Amino acid sequence: MDAVVVSRLLTAMTLGFHIIFATIGVGIPLMFAIAEFIGIKKNNPMYIAMAKRWSKGYTITVAVGVVTGTIIGLQLSLLWPSFMQLGGQVIALPLFMETFAFFFEAIFLSIYLYTWDRFKGKWTHFLITLPVIIGGTFSAFFITSVNSFMNTPNGFDFIKGKLMNIDPIAAMFNASFAVRSFHVVATAFMTAAFILASIAAYRLIKNKFNDDREYHKKALKLTMTVGLIASLLAMLAGDMSAKFLHQEQPEKLAAMEWHFESESKADLVLFGYVDEKNQEVKGAIKIPGALSFLSDNNFNTEVKGLNEFKKDETPPLIIHYFFDLMVFFGVYCFIVSAIFVVLKWTKKWSQYNKPLLYLAVLTGPLAMLAIEFGWFLAEMGRQPWILRGYLKVADAATNADGLSLVFIAFAILYLVLGISSSYVLIRMFSHSKATDDVNKIIERKGEV
Amino acid sequence: MDYQHIGVTVLWLFLYGYIIIGAIDFGAGFFAFHAKLTKQDHIINNLISRYLNPVWEVTNVFFVFFFVGIVGFFPDSAYYFGSTLLIPGSVALILLTIRGSFYAFENYGQEGKLSWLFLYGATGLLIPASLSTILTIAEGGFIKEDKHGVHLEWLDLLLSPYAWAVVFLAIVSVLYISSGFLTYYANKAKDNEAYKLLRQWFLIWAIPMIIICQFVFLSLRQHNETHFNNAITHFWWLFGLSTTFFIIAVTLIYLRRAHGLAFIMMLLQFGTAFFGYGISKMPYILYPYIDINKAVVNEQMALMLVIVFILGLLLLVPSLILLLRLFIFDADYVKGKK
Repeated sequence: MDAVVVSRLLTAMTLGFHIIFATIGVGIPLMFAIAEFIGIKKNNPMYIAMAKRWSKGYTITVAVGVVTGTIIGLQLSLLWPSFMQLGGQVIALPLFMETFAFFFEAIFLSIYLYTWDRFKGKWTHFLITLPVIIGGTFSAFFITSVNSFMNTPNGFDFIKGKLMNIDPIAAMFNASFAVRSFHVVATAFMTAAFILASIAAYRLIKNKFNDDREYHKKALKLTMTVGLIASLLAMLAGDMSAKFLHQEQPEKLAAMEWHFESESKADLVLFGYVDEKNQEVKGAIKIPGALSFLSDNNFNTEVKGLNEFKKDETPPLIIHYFFDLMVFFGVYCFIVSAIFVVLKWTKKWSQYNKPLLYLAVLTGPLAMLAIEFGWFLAEMGRQPWILRGYLKVADAATNADGLSLVFIAFAILYLVLGISSSYVLIRMFSHSKATDDVNKIIERKGEV
Repeated sequence: MDYQHIGVTVLWLFLYGYIIIGAIDFGAGFFAFHAKLTKQDHIINNLISRYLNPVWEVTNVFFVFFFVGIVGFFPDSAYYFGSTLLIPGSVALILLTIRGSFYAFENYGQEGKLSWLFLYGATGLLIPASLSTILTIAEGGFIKEDKHGVHLEWLDLLLSPYAWAVVFLAIVSVLYISSGFLTYYANKAKDNEAYKLLRQWFLIWAIPMIIICQFVFLSLRQHNETHFNNAITHFWWLFGLSTTFFIIAVTLIYLRRAHGLAFIMMLLQFGTAFFGYGISKMPYILYPYIDINKAVVNEQMALMLVIVFILGLLLLVPSLILLLRLFIFDADYVKGKK
């Protein structure tokens, strides 16, 4: 197969696998920090046990996140050497800062995990979560900055095929940096909360240990509340992204919405299929004017259509589905958590009713799928460019031999890692009773 | 100093850091596996996991730091190394991945599967072997550039005595450094049985280590004479110091004295040799394609990287000291009381 295709597939596979663990990696520390905070504040050992159990599971996911992150870090140079040679002049700063943030997080995570009973003041251990959260979040910011630079390059002059007169700060804080990193971090918190909510809901439906119900109810209440707040932020970020695309990357927005001719009062298209030759959209739900409104808060705004761009510089039309699915799943999570919180608030019906629990079980997997689809949309949406406007993907791939072999090797690796990490995580918790952990904490307190 | 020299010094320091703590980590993995096979695991496993659990992730970051830094300071290295190292780089990555994740599965998951411990132990020796190949390639002679781009000459690499000497040196040094550190750690933990075993391993590995060192030197003469001559005419004293430190370290441990000092001597032994090797290789990162004076990133970026590096260190050094004080230099923790 063609080297460009294999390089793209391999990068997509690595990132697609890494992003699962990276998202969990950014989001979960916030969750166990909140649980520990409530536990100390309310003097309730159940929340402490929750923080302990979540962080214990986190050790497994973070390990896979670290190693797959190392892979993608090196693969950038191995698969796209010409891009890194060109872009290395400008993206070195955020990449470098990312490793510092990661370093910071790694050190304090180790300290957090191994010092549960070592400090006298109970707040000291909680405070260690702060550098972990800061490290993880900043690491996401900086790496998103690198990716934003590839979407909206800035901070240099392009002279005779080289990037000159570089302004590292302008390159780092490029046009899409703020919106995209906000979106990345908000959805990471959201996804982490819903994954933990899924587990709690599942345990409430199907539970080996009856004593644990109280624990899982508390966990569900906490995760659903955080999930609701984070999904509101994620929707706000999504809306900002649409407005941003309208301004800065109109070809991505047009391809996303199968919007061919520039027009005002542009329709928002949901699902359906497209006849590319005749530029006709069939079987879709069209919301009149919504695309214009989404772009600029004004139904009369003219939205640029695909026909205004060169044919070989527009992204593939399949990204429409990724966009639809991302939004659909995100909204699903928002609705489920909103119902849960409203029920809790009104106290008329139990928020732990079976149908709602079944819906809640789905939130975690769907939120994660939304993350995957969102990244498919973002990455395929800047095709054919690797550095938008300057370097095409087709000119950047390596010409080394053995690419297909390497692809197969990594595919097997991810398969093995995926299966064994799930196996370990399930084994870790299926036989362990949360109430036992709670009791251990109570006993230990009695000793002191 | 100009930016390229600051950059290369920083990178070399981090690589040195990675080699030391990586070696402790890789060797410990192998020893853990070996002890399990020979049914000695009850003696040392506690000791090893008490040290490794809190620090393995930090070890990995040293590595990431190095390769991100080298691409940042010298973007040409992304092109030359990136184009040629697809296979050896991917092999090293797969090994690192297997090792890191199965370490976590084994330790946090409490699985106790022998096959997982095997993956963890065997990769501990294969990773240094595959990573050291990259140092060999940097010596020049294995990469050819033509109009299609740059290529790695596989056959030359596989038949090179120098390449193999470096691989063996890497493996043996890992076992030497690791057993040296663990001897010190066991002594500190007052874990007598583990101490005996580890001291014995250390003394066993010291001899092949020093022999292979000589062999690497001699084969470097065959392979890259300029580098060899530069090393022996201008920097012979660094290698002389290294040998002296080696003799002191082995003698101290043989006499069961001053284990902390012995470990510092080992650090100095590797430090002087490693910096002697690096400094005599200048100005080439990859002979003859990447010359640090020509390949350095543009000035504005280099300045920012140096600033960020200093700020980063202000954050990292206190955190690292905290980590060390909590887990390595805390007597009660080391003894297993915490």
